[in-house]
Amino acid sequence: MLVLASGPHAQGTAPVTPLTLVTRDGRRPVPTVVLNNQEFIALDDLASLFQLAVREDALAGGVTVSYKGRTIVASADQPMASVNGRVITLPAPVARVGRRLFVPIDFIARALAPIYDSPIDLRRASRLLVVGTIRVARVAVRIDAAGPPTRATVEVTPALLASSMVDGGRVIVRVEADVLDAAPPSAAAGLIDQIQLGNQSTTIVFALNARAGMPRVSTTTTTESTRVTIEVPLSAQSQDTTAAPAPQPAPPPLASVPTTPPAAEALPPLPGQRTARLQTMVIDPGHGGADTGVRGPRGTLEKQVTLEISRRLKTLIETRLGVRVVMTRDDDRGISPDGRDAIANNSKADLFLSLHVNSAPSAAVKGAEVFYLRLDRAGEDARRSTAASELVLPAVGGGNRTIDVIPWDLAQASHVDSSSRFAALLEEELEKHSPMGPRPLQQTPMRVLSGVNMPAALVEIAYLTNAEQERAVQAADFQAGLVQAIFDGIVRFRSYLEAPPAP
Amino acid sequence: MTPRLGPLARGKQKRWLQAAAIVVIFGVAAWGASQLLERMVSPVQQQQQQQSAPAPAAPAAAVPHIIATLYYGTSDGQALAAVKREVPLGEGPRAQGQQILQSELEPAPAPYVSLIPEGTMLRAFYITDRGDAFVDFSPEISSNHPGGSTNELLTVYAIVNVVTANLSSVERVQILIDGKQADTLAGHVDLRRPFERDTSLVKESRGTR
Repeated sequence: MLVLASGPHAQGTAPVTPLTLVTRDGRRPVPTVVLNNQEFIALDDLASLFQLAVREDALAGGVTVSYKGRTIVASADQPMASVNGRVITLPAPVARVGRRLFVPIDFIARALAPIYDSPIDLRRASRLLVVGTIRVARVAVRIDAAGPPTRATVEVTPALLASSMVDGGRVIVRVEADVLDAAPPSAAAGLIDQIQLGNQSTTIVFALNARAGMPRVSTTTTTESTRVTIEVPLSAQSQDTTAAPAPQPAPPPLASVPTTPPAAEALPPLPGQRTARLQTMVIDPGHGGADTGVRGPRGTLEKQVTLEISRRLKTLIETRLGVRVVMTRDDDRGISPDGRDAIANNSKADLFLSLHVNSAPSAAVKGAEVFYLRLDRAGEDARRSTAASELVLPAVGGGNRTIDVIPWDLAQASHVDSSSRFAALLEEELEKHSPMGPRPLQQTPMRVLSGVNMPAALVEIAYLTNAEQERAVQAADFQAGLVQAIFDGIVRFRSYLEAPPAP
Repeated sequence: MTPRLGPLARGKQKRWLQAAAIVVIFGVAAWGASQLLERMVSPVQQQQQQQSAPAPAAPAAAVPHIIATLYYGTSDGQALAAVKREVPLGEGPRAQGQQILQSELEPAPAPYVSLIPEGTMLRAFYITDRGDAFVDFSPEISSNHPGGSTNELLTVYAIVNVVTANLSSVERVQILIDGKQADTLAGHVDLRRPFERDTSLVKESRGTR
């Protein structure tokens, strides 16, 4: 966790303006602080505004925020959070200042909005936090030409009604919305002396120069937006020529103010940009339902042990890594190997781990063993030809997109190298926590690994046929050590996965 | 062999006893069916065998044998042991393969451990011209299997190696269960494709009679 208990930034610095919370009931300011160039909002402020329950998880070092049974688990050391099981990225992890916890303001839009009953919209440009079904008009005001004639445009998105009136030396544009989301307008120029955005209202006021003539205001509406164009000519007295305002654009005068581009919202980077990252992983508790797996001499069932350990591992990964974890089963049910692979592939996971408990013909054998897929000839062929088997399909919105085509049962073929790395890292970490079996790392034709289109490994955590290990797998401390070892292996694999590729 | 296996083995035995009657009936039926099939499929071979059987009358009591390599679990349960044993002679690779697999299904000699579950029977064995052998077992090979990746790998490679080590015409072995292609024996090793010989699990080689 980012702890800022002392030092120059201890209290953070206040931003220029607070956020304005806009609801049906009115408006109120919400303070924020800037820490390390990131804008944060206090979690207790959010909790009282949105009726959230905040619980700090001292053990895992994260923060759990719940709202009507839905939860956000924000990581203390990673800039991410798990929102109802789905992982989102944040610009910074949870921060602590004194006794208060702060989250980046992006937390509101990315973590809170998905679980909240009413729509929540954070408008960065206008520093509005809009809650509820409120008509928000995004407004961009710009001077297109200083003129004369001076031309200005008000662009309203979406296409809401906009009315305008000329009142003395002012042009007033009123937008039929509850609130305006407007970036600061570009500087006044030419015959427009001042542009005012109604902070508490939905009007934009253009104050005209004394030399200005009668302005012409026109409104055009497209499906996306409403555009109000204001053209301000010189007054008759000030005009050098008597010609009517030219419909064609006047050549830009020397003193013209450069055209300002439309005010674009400073959008955060897309979270789903394609980089090799560990965002989602699948844990596959072996066996289940009628398929009990191995039965220990004292009656311990493999299917129960795998589920218990998988659940512990899932909790640890979600709270500590902020990685979304999908379980192939979270109860006592049987699933076919293809069913397990389908869950993994459909959740577009980045990593697959199957957990099992072993059995040997002799009760003396004990220890953990890690497996990754060995390809037969068909698999090797598939691996060599993956680059060639591509399909080019037309994409929505034009253009094409290339997709790899590989037979379902050979999906693992192109991941064998990273799978072997994953398996080796797991083996190294397991060795620190638990005894290892006679063949700690093996490459074998494992059925459940063959169809997963992502790096994958299978861990046999212990031998249930060994009396000592049958007792151990049910003991909390053994499970904790094992789960920690697997977790450490996953963390190391994540570093490998996210490291920039060697040149 | 190992006292710790006691409770497990007893539990097995109990279940086995319950199923014994069904198994025996099924086995007899399967044997009868395969005999019938044998006659229908290769009458020529059968005739030849019948004709040739009484011919070498000189050592009437001695059934001809060959020395074959069979695969069992080592006494420590960690690996495969390649053990030389006498197996009845079979006419041609297919008949010889059947004899070898029947011997493989018999209980392991001490101190070795059997890797094919009790009650498993050989339903069929055949070899294609391309050197693919198909070994078809009764469902007990799956239903009585103790599970676990290690046990499953040992079972699979005992079968694959016993066929490929003794029959030079066989390059790959496809394991079938109850006449059909199977996913796995007990949830781990992929049985959908044929296996090639792999002796990496073999830790002991010994000749016994």
